[in-house]
Amino acid sequence: MVDIISAKSLGSNDIKIDGAVGEPFCDDAKMSMRNVDVFYGDNQAIHDVSFDLEKNQVTALIGPSGCGKSTFLRCLNRMNDLIPICNVKGSLQLDGEEIYGKQMDPVLLRARVGMVFQKPNPFPKSIYENVAYGPKIHGLATDKSELDEIVETSLRKAGLFNEVKDRLDQPGTGLSGGQQQRLCIARTIAVSPEVILMDEPASALDPIATAVIEELIHELKEKYTIAIVTHSMQQAARVSQKTAYFHLGKLVEMGDTKQIFTNPRHELTENYISGRFG
Amino acid sequence: MTKAVNESLPTSAVTEKIKLGLKKRHRSEMMFKTTGLAAVLLGFMLVFVLLFDITSKALPAFHQHWVQLEVDYSASNLRYSEGDSLENLRYRSTLRKAIANQFPDVKSRRDKRQLNGLYSSNAEFAIKDFLIANPQALNTVQNVWVRVDDDVDIYLKETTSLGEPLIRIDEKEAQWIKSLVEAGQIDKRFNIQFFTSSDSREPELAGVRGALTGTMLTMLVTLVLSFPLGVAAALYLEEFAPKNKWTDMIEVNINNLAAVPSIIFGLLGLAVIINLFGLPRSAPLVGGIVLTLMTLPTIIIASRASIKAVPPSIREAATGLGASKIQTTFSHVLPMAMPGILTGTIIGMAQALGETAPLLMIGMVAFIVDVPASITDASTVMPVQIFLWADSPERGFLAKTSAAILVLLGFLFLMNASAAYLRRRFESK
Repeated sequence: MVDIISAKSLGSNDIKIDGAVGEPFCDDAKMSMRNVDVFYGDNQAIHDVSFDLEKNQVTALIGPSGCGKSTFLRCLNRMNDLIPICNVKGSLQLDGEEIYGKQMDPVLLRARVGMVFQKPNPFPKSIYENVAYGPKIHGLATDKSELDEIVETSLRKAGLFNEVKDRLDQPGTGLSGGQQQRLCIARTIAVSPEVILMDEPASALDPIATAVIEELIHELKEKYTIAIVTHSMQQAARVSQKTAYFHLGKLVEMGDTKQIFTNPRHELTENYISGRFG
Repeated sequence: MTKAVNESLPTSAVTEKIKLGLKKRHRSEMMFKTTGLAAVLLGFMLVFVLLFDITSKALPAFHQHWVQLEVDYSASNLRYSEGDSLENLRYRSTLRKAIANQFPDVKSRRDKRQLNGLYSSNAEFAIKDFLIANPQALNTVQNVWVRVDDDVDIYLKETTSLGEPLIRIDEKEAQWIKSLVEAGQIDKRFNIQFFTSSDSREPELAGVRGALTGTMLTMLVTLVLSFPLGVAAALYLEEFAPKNKWTDMIEVNINNLAAVPSIIFGLLGLAVIINLFGLPRSAPLVGGIVLTLMTLPTIIIASRASIKAVPPSIREAATGLGASKIQTTFSHVLPMAMPGILTGTIIGMAQALGETAPLLMIGMVAFIVDVPASITDASTVMPVQIFLWADSPERGFLAKTSAAILVLLGFLFLMNASAAYLRRRFESK
């Protein structure tokens, strides 16, 4: 399995990473990151990463464990602010606005850039409350019926409504793992974000639940720009249009998913996707 | 190394080896279980012995003996003339006459005085209250029930239960009491006075209402001050404060504060709250403030532990949705931490409920007959009342002390039950 052995143990340090190869930039970028460095205290986790997230596309971030892909993802909506020792340098822009700029309110940013986490983490409240919480705090609904509508459409988009419509008042924590993760996706959609970040959204789920989530991601890209971190190369190949390969905190290669998996340009990428290491 | 050894052994030999150790393992498990069970049983036994002892000692306090008196409410007896107030008549001499009528054979002055001592010193007021309540009784002869003296009360209780006459009742008095009992003029009644009146120097008149009200008011002040303060401090330290050496120092100091002897807080209350700020002495307000200081560290420590135990994934989920720090804290972290916070609060409150020493320092040990009506009235509290009664020489206070302990335990039980109920409500959400 890919995620058991970390890249450091592979003796691949002698292969040089000399800037990202492939096509990390595009014309229709929703988010663009330039020369991003991330430090945990004195430890540098991300080295000089630059690429774009294309609008209404699914971009997969792949790479061996500890390569910094999750860290990077969490910079995109400033979730790393919760970690006091984390320090981000470089330029990250959402529609041309600097994410770490003084003008940007992290609360507003997170409303525009939603996140789905690795482990399903519904609030210990009812299913309805889980979905309604975001719209409520942002004041997106003026009355109860409008809120009901947001909850229903969000649950529908997440493909969960038919399964839970009779028990919206039951606790969200009582659902199965796959349902919980879809509930978390519905919760994220309810705020109508522009970008959705997914941090290994299916890693805790069984294959059937995974398939449902992947199908969902497919539909969601019509409306949203999606970045997904995944350990499963098959999943990356199935759901994404663009793939970025990270290695030891550096972006090695980025390009069309098809091209990355059929004809990688960098030796490390080739080693990784062919399973030569990991 | 071990791996190599094990591999070289045939499977059955490995099983044998494990079997050899099994017996020892099971035995230690058994030992531990037995020790645990014994500890629990011992604890139960001690609690049972304590409760049994207190209850058996307290039971007499819930009953009281009354004696019937034939009182002649004639105007001449009372020196009453038309238009006089019923407040200031000759009730004492009327009482004396009624007593003398009950025992016409008692002639000497000394004997008469001794006889009067069998009736509660409150009897004079009892016959007065009777007349004020029934003004039409004027110029009639009425049967009025009055309390017996506490020594007589105990004598009556103990001769019936233990069969041995005790205390300050001599042969003569015993005869008089016997004749009263035989005439059916003694009655045993439920002692409602114990719950409706305050402290008194006379055991037969003393009750817990004043102390109980004082305790309630003091606890109310303590809860209202310490709960919000404690939870706010814990939330700030856990969720908002930067982690640096200052907050570390505050944490160490809070932990130390929990270990400070409570009487120190009493001294602080006396020096600062009463002498510097000029708040009234003996008042539940001051008592509550002092107990708040004592309870705060307990609540803060328990609340912090409970807030820390809220999974970070919940904070991430709320933050990821765009909830601000304060929204995350109040709509997710606090409700999830609430059961633990309530547990800490109830432990702190229970400590405060049983606290005596700091309250002695701020004057809540005074002899107070009135039921406090507000948090600034002079008052005492249950544990101090128990302390005062336990210290009294009259034998009548012995049962009262135990009964007061039972009332205090009952109060504690009610407090815990309400906390448990609240906790369940928070947990089910």
